[in-house]
Amino acid sequence: MNDSAKDGQAAREFDQELKLLLEAIYLRYQHDFRHYAVASLRRRIVQAMGLYGCATVSQLQDRVLHEPEVFAGMLQYLTIQVSEMFRDPEYFRELRSEVVPVLKTYPSVKVWVAGCSNGEEVWSLAILLAEEGLLARTLIYASDINPEALRRAEAGVYPLDRVALFSSNYLAAGGTGSLSDYYHAAYDGVVLDRRFRQHMLFADHSLATDTVFSEVHLVSCRNVLIYFDRPLQDRAVGLFREALVRRGFLGLGSRESLRLTSHQSAFDEIAGTHRIYRKC
Amino acid sequence: MLSVDAIVIGASSGGVDAVGMLLAALPSRFRTPVVIVLHLLATAESLLVPVLAARCARPVREAADKEPIEAGVVYVAPPGYHLLVEPDLTFALSIDAPVNFCRPSIDVMFESAAYAWRERLLGIVLTGANADGAEGLAAIRRFGGRAWVQDPESAVAPAMPAAAIARAGADRVLSLEAMAAALAGVEQEPTGVGAT
Repeated sequence: MNDSAKDGQAAREFDQELKLLLEAIYLRYQHDFRHYAVASLRRRIVQAMGLYGCATVSQLQDRVLHEPEVFAGMLQYLTIQVSEMFRDPEYFRELRSEVVPVLKTYPSVKVWVAGCSNGEEVWSLAILLAEEGLLARTLIYASDINPEALRRAEAGVYPLDRVALFSSNYLAAGGTGSLSDYYHAAYDGVVLDRRFRQHMLFADHSLATDTVFSEVHLVSCRNVLIYFDRPLQDRAVGLFREALVRRGFLGLGSRESLRLTSHQSAFDEIAGTHRIYRKC
Repeated sequence: MLSVDAIVIGASSGGVDAVGMLLAALPSRFRTPVVIVLHLLATAESLLVPVLAARCARPVREAADKEPIEAGVVYVAPPGYHLLVEPDLTFALSIDAPVNFCRPSIDVMFESAAYAWRERLLGIVLTGANADGAEGLAAIRRFGGRAWVQDPESAVAPAMPAAAIARAGADRVLSLEAMAAALAGVEQEPTGVGAT
């Protein structure tokens, strides 16, 4: 066997062991990564192998199965996305102009941030809704599969060195005040306004294995679906479709779309927006 | 004549002109899919596809998540996202942390493409002022794929091709003009896009 054939063989073995690892995680911990896109997972698993000093995926599997704290650490590698407050400011501008006027017609409003990671978007939406006079009658559900991320999301504490970016995003997103109206500095970070907290509900929820828990008027799920394969994308969008009221809104990431899902015909894309859909 | 199932290209500083020159050389009958990662300033991002399309006889599109990779199409990585090739030869996007300070990163795309196409892949590193692409090109060569690198002497920014040659070596080191001529001669097997 020549060297490149050996590398091809090694790659096939890596992918086989990766499948086994995901199966093992599912059986032991009920976290289902079996329908995640493979190429990104490979990179993350290679990083985790380095961190835990494992030469093969199987060695990592051994540790994941027998040391729950290794699984807890792995979960960070498998799920964490670093986001920004008001990431893609035009999305938030469009929420203000296209979605908020409709939300204002409801006596009470429910919003679901699916895959909230460290919560930057949850707090961004709370600020936007507060500025629009809607937060008082709104409940934001924020869900994720990673308990550590949910804890950070709920804390609403972000490093000081990210605040300049958050502030410029906030202004570009059509903020009517200054982002500093909504946080105070503490140690080397900022803490978002705790008064917003009573309008948020944080929940451990998996788009891969759980069902719908509430009827909502807006689902915001950005840059989560790209980590899923097409069957899992279909499942997740199916949950959103089921959760949304008639004519409810679905916001996706700037490079996500419903085009390749089985739910495309159930939604209209709002003209001129960056991936804001409305359920038919 | 070289025959591959896909061509991946990475370029950075000075890359729009360099990539444009290669694409301009592709004949309209060219069937091999081309996947491009180009580092850009945020302000120039939205113009990339039309600028390249204007110079290319083949359709140029931004790669979309989960889209099957089609013969004869030139794909460009969307700004702000890593672009990866899945084993079933569809695209996947990610917002994982930047690699080599870059997102999209050439290394990330090249490595996933090397997995997907193995020896049926040609990787090309062009002008640039950083070292992104060197690891990815090494991965392509490990899997038996081919590596072409722009001659650093002829590059607007020589650091990236020089880093690629130092890290990965190259099957060919070419001026842009010579590379454009060689690229037009790359053929795809009539069996289809997919690796078997």
